[in-house]
Amino acid sequence: MANEYTLTRAEKRFIGWHIFVAVAALAIGSFFGPMQAFNYAGWNFYPQLKKLHIAQSYYQGLTLHGVLNAVVWTTFFILGFLTFNMIYGLKRPLKYPKLNAFGFWMMVVGLLLAAFYILANQASVLYTFYPPMKAPWPFYLGLVLLVVGSWIEGYGFYFTLHQWKKDNPGVRTPFIAFASVATMVLWQLATLGVAIEALFMLLPWSAGLVKGIDIQLARTFFWWFGHPLVYFWLLPAYISWYGYLPRQAGGKLFSDTMARLAFWLFILLSVPVGFHHQFVDPGVAPGWKYIHALLTLSVVIPSLMTLFTVVASLEYAGRQRGGKGLMGWLAALPWDDPIVASQLLAGILFIFGGFGGIVNASYNTNLILHNTAWVPGHFHLTVSTAVTLTFMGISFWLVPYLTGRELCCRKAALVQVYLWFIGMAIFSQAMHSLGLLGAPRRTPLGEAPYIPPEWSGLLLRVGIGGIILLVAVYMYIWIMAHTAFFAKKAAKEVEIQVAEAMTDVQAVPEWLDAWKPWLVGAVALLVIAYTPVLIDLISGMMPVAGPNIKLW
Amino acid sequence: MSSLHIDKHEKRWITISIALLAAFAVLIGVAGFALGVQVPTLDQKIDPTKLDQDPVWSNPGVRELVPGKKYEVYLIAQTWQFVPREIVVPAGAKVTFYVTSRDIQHGFKVLNTDLNVQVIPGYVGKLSYTFDEPGEYKFICTEYCGLGHAAMFGVIKVVPPEEYGK
Ligand code: HEM
Ligand SMILES: [Cu+2]
Ligand SMILES: [Cu+2]
Repeated sequence: MANEYTLTRAEKRFIGWHIFVAVAALAIGSFFGPMQAFNYAGWNFYPQLKKLHIAQSYYQGLTLHGVLNAVVWTTFFILGFLTFNMIYGLKRPLKYPKLNAFGFWMMVVGLLLAAFYILANQASVLYTFYPPMKAPWPFYLGLVLLVVGSWIEGYGFYFTLHQWKKDNPGVRTPFIAFASVATMVLWQLATLGVAIEALFMLLPWSAGLVKGIDIQLARTFFWWFGHPLVYFWLLPAYISWYGYLPRQAGGKLFSDTMARLAFWLFILLSVPVGFHHQFVDPGVAPGWKYIHALLTLSVVIPSLMTLFTVVASLEYAGRQRGGKGLMGWLAALPWDDPIVASQLLAGILFIFGGFGGIVNASYNTNLILHNTAWVPGHFHLTVSTAVTLTFMGISFWLVPYLTGRELCCRKAALVQVYLWFIGMAIFSQAMHSLGLLGAPRRTPLGEAPYIPPEWSGLLLRVGIGGIILLVAVYMYIWIMAHTAFFAKKAAKEVEIQVAEAMTDVQAVPEWLDAWKPWLVGAVALLVIAYTPVLIDLISGMMPVAGPNIKLW
Repeated sequence: MSSLHIDKHEKRWITISIALLAAFAVLIGVAGFALGVQVPTLDQKIDPTKLDQDPVWSNPGVRELVPGKKYEVYLIAQTWQFVPREIVVPAGAKVTFYVTSRDIQHGFKVLNTDLNVQVIPGYVGKLSYTFDEPGEYKFICTEYCGLGHAAMFGVIKVVPPEEYGK
């Protein structure tokens, strides 16, 4: 079956640039992950990395790892993928391609600016850049440009959807386009927090225009952004699980309606919950922390809805493929197709990530694990596996589509995704256990003087996971480089496998395709959840200048 | 206008997830607000550059309120050490910690307990614990605070009540 719509070469190139920046960032950023894991295991390469001028310290490496992986790999990949969804989903070009291009290049300039200071070891403040540790002001400016550039690309999507709706009155927005715009709306609400922090606090303070800032307030704005950030990473993976995976596995989407409802619930519930990252912050009252805990836990509902719909779609696919009995459908899925296998494996580890997330969010259980190795253990299941492995699966069809070449080395791609799964399972399990014993995060544990000997078995397992992941990540980079530049030209264009829904798309209730009520609801929840605490913090500010020396 | 169609199995599934949510909410609420497994709270705000002029903070450490029963610990986190590094309290006494920072953010976590607070300059966090078992409890800085972060720790010595102060 031929594709119903074809992107122009310029569009393909534009999306391709996004993916290129993303994969390049992953190639550099993921080098340090295994180095950190090796340090834990007692194989410390940082003296050599320092001699070679690759990283001055563990912390410079960790800053690169966090920023390049969690910010750059994700954001650029997501914008590339969503741009594809908009054009292919709506079957029309972007309304203002130049606007989107402008947003993209603004992101690149912001990235280069921030990266310059990190590479110069001037901004080894980690990817959360908590004040009053201070980086030079252009570093923060770089972050602002990165965020504003992404907003502009989002505005480009809104204009395009608006035009499409005008031209197609009464028609339900195709799911992949709807969900892409929803993701950008979530991102817009989320990044407001960090934009306020950067523009009104960090930039003026770091440029010397104001003497001090209130650190608790800065953290509060940061975490207004920090949690929905993780949903900005996740929703594009969900787009793939709902919108592509059912067809890639040989079936249909179980319910288009419920998929949309889940997206709306994520928009409502993922922003007003930042205090679950601040349960141990002194400046936020326990009652508000508890309210945010409840709102956070409510995400259980759209999450379990997603699980239901995705599993039901896969069951249908498995039965179509001849799977029988209670579990036979599962075995019948194409586990040997790297595009499908990557997403199935991503989903399996994500279930454990979800369990861990409930523990994190549960107010007082958080006391045990806040800022311990449990936390990176947790998000290497979510962003670094559920999201990253799914994006890898997407790139296995998207990059060949964009470059017109064949996916090089399908077998290697298959081995790579299984290695990632195994490596992360070992790594993450050990990290979770270390965290429960009290091992701090953001710490070169291999050098810490307080490590009891009982931890050494777990630290070793972190290192073993790191070896497997080192192999997996560079296999992926190699596959991508070949597919983009060297592989055989394909005879025909890659078939785009957008899933059909089992239900009639026009049967989706109108209120699930209307933006206003949901946006009003989301903003209202945000205002309710934050205003009292913000008023309290702002009216009693305790500005702090911080030490004016470089601490790294 | 068409109405929402939900598959009957999915309806059941959603009902279960809502019940699950309600159960979590009640459990953590009871643990927190009735059984007292509580998160840290704010004691006061204080200018971190003026700690040395403050009558209490210029002399951090242990204060005995009720011998054998009630103690306070004033603890300063700074690059890259805790002041004081060693704390001695008797077993079985309620110990309230007041923790603040002299410079940047740090963390204070005591191993094998649920004591954990983000140490924020300008803010004094307050948290309590009763150490029932004598022994050594390490506390560790759990927030990145610069090059010396990995070496930043201290120890709480919990001694049997009859040996305390000897
Ligand atoms: C290649 C395999 C990887 C390995 C072995 C690895 C390993 C690690 C380790 C050991 C840490 C903890 C460092 C510490 O707290 O001291 C860490 C932190 C982190 N990793 Fe990874 N990682 C990998 C891939 C990724 C990917 C793909 C992402 C994101 C998409 C990611 C995102 C992060 C983030 C955000 C942090 C926290 C940084 C911070 O605390 O400032 N990692 N990683
Ligand atoms: Cu969160
Ligand atoms: Cu520290």
